Amino acid sequence: MNKKIKLRVNGKKVEAEVPTNRLMIDFLRYDLGLTGTKEGCSVGVCGACTVLVNGDMVSACLELAVFADGHDITTVEGLAKNGELHPVQKSFIQYGGFQCGICTPGQVVAAKALLDENPRPNEEEIKDWMMGNLCRCTGYYKIIESIQKAHQFAK
Amino acid sequence: MIPFEYRTPKNLKEVHATLKEFGSDAKLIAGGTALVIMMKQRLVRPTCLVSLRSVRGLNSIELKDGGLRIGGLATHREVESSALVRRRLPLLAETYHHVATIRVRNRATVGGGLAHADPNQDPPPTLIALGATVKATSPNGSRVIPLDEFFTDYYETVLNLDEIITELNIPKMATNTGAAYLKFLPRTADDYATVSAAAVLTLDKSHKIIHDVRIALGSVGTTPIRATAAEDLLRGQPVKAEAFAEAGEKAKEAVDPVSDFRGSAGYKKEMAGVFVRRALEKALANIRQLAKAKPAAKTTKKTVKKRRKR
Repeated sequence: MNKKIKLRVNGKKVEAEVPTNRLMIDFLRYDLGLTGTKEGCSVGVCGACTVLVNGDMVSACLELAVFADGHDITTVEGLAKNGELHPVQKSFIQYGGFQCGICTPGQVVAAKALLDENPRPNEEEIKDWMMGNLCRCTGYYKIIESIQKAHQFAK
Repeated sequence: MIPFEYRTPKNLKEVHATLKEFGSDAKLIAGGTALVIMMKQRLVRPTCLVSLRSVRGLNSIELKDGGLRIGGLATHREVESSALVRRRLPLLAETYHHVATIRVRNRATVGGGLAHADPNQDPPPTLIALGATVKATSPNGSRVIPLDEFFTDYYETVLNLDEIITELNIPKMATNTGAAYLKFLPRTADDYATVSAAAVLTLDKSHKIIHDVRIALGSVGTTPIRATAAEDLLRGQPVKAEAFAEAGEKAKEAVDPVSDFRGSAGYKKEMAGVFVRRALEKALANIRQLAKAKPAAKTTKKTVKKRRKR
């Protein structure tokens, strides 16, 4: 069974006909080719598939594509503006906020959501917010540092 | 996931009509954080998903008779970050904050969480201890169900197929009352509790006698469990550390945990006793804290009133 949906993905209007049982992660990756969003655990625990829906972070592996009808999705591909990286991306590069990189898109999107709400979070606030974004290389110190220093790159 | 029909009714009347059309093959979906996983695992195979996401007006959080009224579609995140909840009942905000991660709390709804009825959830023990009720609405009207009579078995409740949780009501706390929720988390911060316990304790005017108490536990049975025998032991008794320890011992008789990777059944039973005692101690500390803060609380009340007049 298919359903037509209209939404915005990274600011662009998208119209598509999707099977009702299509997950948002698969819609983004396979239908739209936005492979920045990764699938890790598939049960909403690891945070690799973190995307923003109307600014709220959610797990794309727990969302149906049909849920997105009429909404505004931001993926990691949507963070850079006019070819310039988002401050949080610059900070992750500058302060080495990643090791193998598989969790990084999710980390960066979750960090962006935090900084939108709280531009100068302290370490405790970062840990509390990022608790659901797992890094199996355990590179947490650098991730926390990158988020804490992201404000340096904001204009 | 097997294919299914997807409907987005705009109001309760349309929701009920769609439920009637598909009967027991339909499933309501709101946040979907639990149901989507169960559908992926093919534990649940509905032929129609009836989405509540387009239904408006069921996510408000407001004062009602001095207590709180929370719409069934309010998200966990809305409850934990509500200024009203944080001011009137900080324990409730704290309890909802304990649930999983922000991604889940952004989606999971208050009504959906309760209807899901997983005995490992955080909100039920706190809500049962606070004497909360839910309002369930069917095409024939609504009924009010006390939460300590709501859960019947693992993932099962007293709700009928055509009933939807439209409201959660938490009554005003009596004076000289303190409340606490403790979640024993030996593994990771986003895990389910190994054992959880909530206590709401009311003292008499002299602060020496226990006037009333409600104790509830999570993760130690097929439903959240209210420890009524432990409550009976405390009512009318003087406030003493020994009494709390005895109540913890008594609460152990009410639980029936299973062994899993969070601990053996025997260990969880022991911890249930320990955490009931600690929850009672924390609730008592909460009363003393509130009593100390009272003069300050009065001034805040006045300023709130003044603001309202403007």
